Amino acid sequence: MRQQVLVLYLTTSALDSAVVGWARYDGTGQASPTTGDSDEPPYPTGLAALLDGWRLFQAAQLIPPYPGHEYDTSYLKHEFFFEKLIPRT
Amino acid sequence: MLTSSHLLSSVQMARFVTHGYLRMDAVVPDTLNRQAVEVLSAGLPAVPYGTALPDAFPEGSFARQLVEVPAVAGALRSLVGPEPTVDHHFVHVREPHEGNAQPLHGDAIIDVRPDAFDVQLMYYPREVTADMGGTLVVPGSHLRRTNESDTGRYQNLLGQIRLTCPAGTVMLLHHGIWHGGRRNDSGTRRYMYKIRFNPTVPQVRLWNADDLADPRIAAELSTNFPWYEHATGRLEIYNRIRLWRALTGDDGFDIEYWVTRVSNRPTVGSNA
Repeated sequence: MRQQVLVLYLTTSALDSAVVGWARYDGTGQASPTTGDSDEPPYPTGLAALLDGWRLFQAAQLIPPYPGHEYDTSYLKHEFFFEKLIPRT
Repeated sequence: MLTSSHLLSSVQMARFVTHGYLRMDAVVPDTLNRQAVEVLSAGLPAVPYGTALPDAFPEGSFARQLVEVPAVAGALRSLVGPEPTVDHHFVHVREPHEGNAQPLHGDAIIDVRPDAFDVQLMYYPREVTADMGGTLVVPGSHLRRTNESDTGRYQNLLGQIRLTCPAGTVMLLHHGIWHGGRRNDSGTRRYMYKIRFNPTVPQVRLWNADDLADPRIAAELSTNFPWYEHATGRLEIYNRIRLWRALTGDDGFDIEYWVTRVSNRPTVGSNA
């Protein structure tokens, strides 16, 4: 088996909220997704990825801001990792 | 050194504060564009960090002519003032069918200055088509505190700019903006020439501020980009208000009471 990985960044911490960013990694070697290669997200929400057979294996924790840094913005917070296992050919 | 004509307006400055870049399509004359590829391919002399602009680029040099294009000079003066220094410059070339894209990144290290910013000029001497994979730019990413290529995990963000442009296009970018060179899938070499400018004067009302009361300023600063999360998107507006206060010297500027409300610290005891 080979693993395909999909990373979705959502607009809130809820899995059924809208996708605002995405990345793909293909362990089968059949595709080579890369930075800036598409303008349309693969799914409208995280839930839509589940409905299409992707398996969620990690979601970002909610971590309160450090005191004094409540207004700082940095990395995207609501990151969800999905996988599909593809038979080795 | 830089011209005082062709200055940006306050509305244009507010747009820069919000988007993190100013795009000027086909602003460089063809006479200069035609020289560019040969000049850039031959290599340019290195410029020591912090060199005054006239010393970095002698009169008559290609780079000097580029930064003296009136629209470019006026925008630079509006953003970094009359006598910026040059931090570095570099010619970026993406070869035909080059297999790799750059990861999304910000240049240099985390730069958290709340009241100053450097500007990076990106010049495209030739037309950039979609299959040439021009620069990827993420509008509104410049105020995020991220370190260089730690953003490389983000392949695509909703509303990203996958730059295609006519020859002679110039982008002026806030130092913090997320960007990257996209994969070149064409058979044509892609050229981009970058110069980084450091201000040497306070960046306060360096532009044509006659329109400071224009209501479009607040509208520009309130822009929501499609890749923002709901909650963090509000913080972006908050941070733009603070930057606009620094750039205008107006500590009372606000949008719908956002900063005023949360900085209200009554010192008189409650009568309740």
